[in-house]
Amino acid sequence: MNKRSKVVSYNKWGYIFLIPFVVVYILFQLIPLITTIYNSFFENYLSGLKQIGPNFVGLANYKALFSNGDIWIYAKNTVILWIMCFVPQIIFSLLLGAWFSNTRLHLRGSRFFKTVMYLPNLIMASAFAMLFFALFSDNGPINSMLLQMGIISTRYKFLSNVWSTRGLIAFMNFLMWFGNTTILLMAGMMGIDMELFEAAEVDGATSTQVFFKITLPLLRPILIYVIITSMIGGLQLFDVPQILTNGTGDPMRSSMTLIMFLNKHLYSKNYGMGGALSVVLFIITGILSLIVFKVSGNSERKG
Amino acid sequence: MTEKNKTGLKKGLGIKSQRLIAYIVLVLVTIMCLFWFYVLFINATRSNSELQSGFTMIPSSHLIENWTNLIHGTLPVWHGLINSLIVSSLSAALSVYFSSMTAYAIHAYDFKLKRFMFTFILMVMMIPTQVTALGFVKMISAWKLEDSFIPLIVPTIAAPITFFYIKQYMDSSLPLALIEAARIDGAGEFRIFNTIVIPLLKPAIAVQAIFTFVSSWNNYFIPALILHDDKKKTLPILIAQLRSADWLKFDMGQVYVMIAFSIFPVIVVYLILSRHIVQGVALGSVKG
Repeated sequence: MNKRSKVVSYNKWGYIFLIPFVVVYILFQLIPLITTIYNSFFENYLSGLKQIGPNFVGLANYKALFSNGDIWIYAKNTVILWIMCFVPQIIFSLLLGAWFSNTRLHLRGSRFFKTVMYLPNLIMASAFAMLFFALFSDNGPINSMLLQMGIISTRYKFLSNVWSTRGLIAFMNFLMWFGNTTILLMAGMMGIDMELFEAAEVDGATSTQVFFKITLPLLRPILIYVIITSMIGGLQLFDVPQILTNGTGDPMRSSMTLIMFLNKHLYSKNYGMGGALSVVLFIITGILSLIVFKVSGNSERKG
Repeated sequence: MTEKNKTGLKKGLGIKSQRLIAYIVLVLVTIMCLFWFYVLFINATRSNSELQSGFTMIPSSHLIENWTNLIHGTLPVWHGLINSLIVSSLSAALSVYFSSMTAYAIHAYDFKLKRFMFTFILMVMMIPTQVTALGFVKMISAWKLEDSFIPLIVPTIAAPITFFYIKQYMDSSLPLALIEAARIDGAGEFRIFNTIVIPLLKPAIAVQAIFTFVSSWNNYFIPALILHDDKKKTLPILIAQLRSADWLKFDMGQVYVMIAFSIFPVIVVYLILSRHIVQGVALGSVKG
């Protein structure tokens, strides 16, 4: 009896220790989320110097958001940039992961290569974008180098062409994230039961067969996790295109992402439209998060 | 028999050439990762006229000149550095201390809302700060906290990812028997947390402190919406300012020094602690 009451008195400390998290979460996340949703139902912007609203307009902001074609252009840009970054990233990561976890291949220096590959992830994205802007500018060192080597005869305007601009953004994100993905997939591959590989080897399977018939199916939960978290990350794409194009998303808004669009509304203080856009992004990330949650929950139960 | 030999032979050759290909690709990947930083550091040592005259792989001697030009220029570089240091180190400290506290609450105690809280934190883990930025910025300006570091530092107390990592570390290396023993010795719950639990969590705390420091150091979106005063700006905002200024008027040597200056501290920390960081990446994100 005595013992039980003691246990109860300890357990109130669980609540006490949770207070900082709960208070800060409610103040800085939950209330802002609610006011963001609330704002999405109001007309509230500056027209010249005149403040319009806030007036309750129901779903008019959402209607305006979707009937004005801009959001579709920016959504398309975001998806294109994500695919351009993710496809090479997953191919590289699977390949490097398979090589490093292959005991027959016995590659040395895995720690060195992991260290090098992860380095770009920690670099300030805005500084990295500024660096690429300087390097790939019309008179920049990359153009000089290509000229000196005779690969091109006139300077190539990297940042005036749609696909070279998108290519640069995707490449920078690829550099920043493929090391992370490689390390995750490698950890997953190391976790696969070695006996399966040995059995396959005895049966005379080639490396390619082992990869497609054993490694890939067993990696499924981690692969799904990597894909969905990468999608959530892709949706947040901002720093690199913002700095590289100075917020314009040029050429012809072809590299303007959804968060850059949101940032524009926040700067011009168009809170109604900004709110509606935020809610749409919140719903998309919410659905994706739920999938991650389900997938990692399942794999936990299995393993 | 002959067939078996054949496949055996094929495999032996295959392995060697596979290994060769793997090493070639890895060397190329290494070059692809490091080339940009090499060019950055070379260019930071060259004067503007040297930079205009073309590209070379050999460093020059104008690093210090570029540096003095930069700090005597219009960009408040020192302020930026100090502000970034303050925001990032306080964020890291608060985030790991309070995330450990949250994780400890869930790990060591049994209470009614325990499962709910744990599930809730995992569910909100992936929600990006951008989607609540509008409400956040409106609230900050209503509270007159613009140009203050509080809105950049305090919110890191509620960091689901840091929480999750430390919770996982506790599951593997914080035996509840140890806490029981401390209780029998008469230590209070707060004291147990501060003097026994925190020291035991050191490896996990170190990894997460670095991650929080780096992400705060690199953070651009929210600080750019909150800090308007030149004396309060952090380094990423100064980089953006450098970009939006008419850059042709700039001395490019200064631009490169500024970029190098912004990423240099992180590179140094990373090279010292890379082993723990790389391990941390693998441990933190995947459960399965």
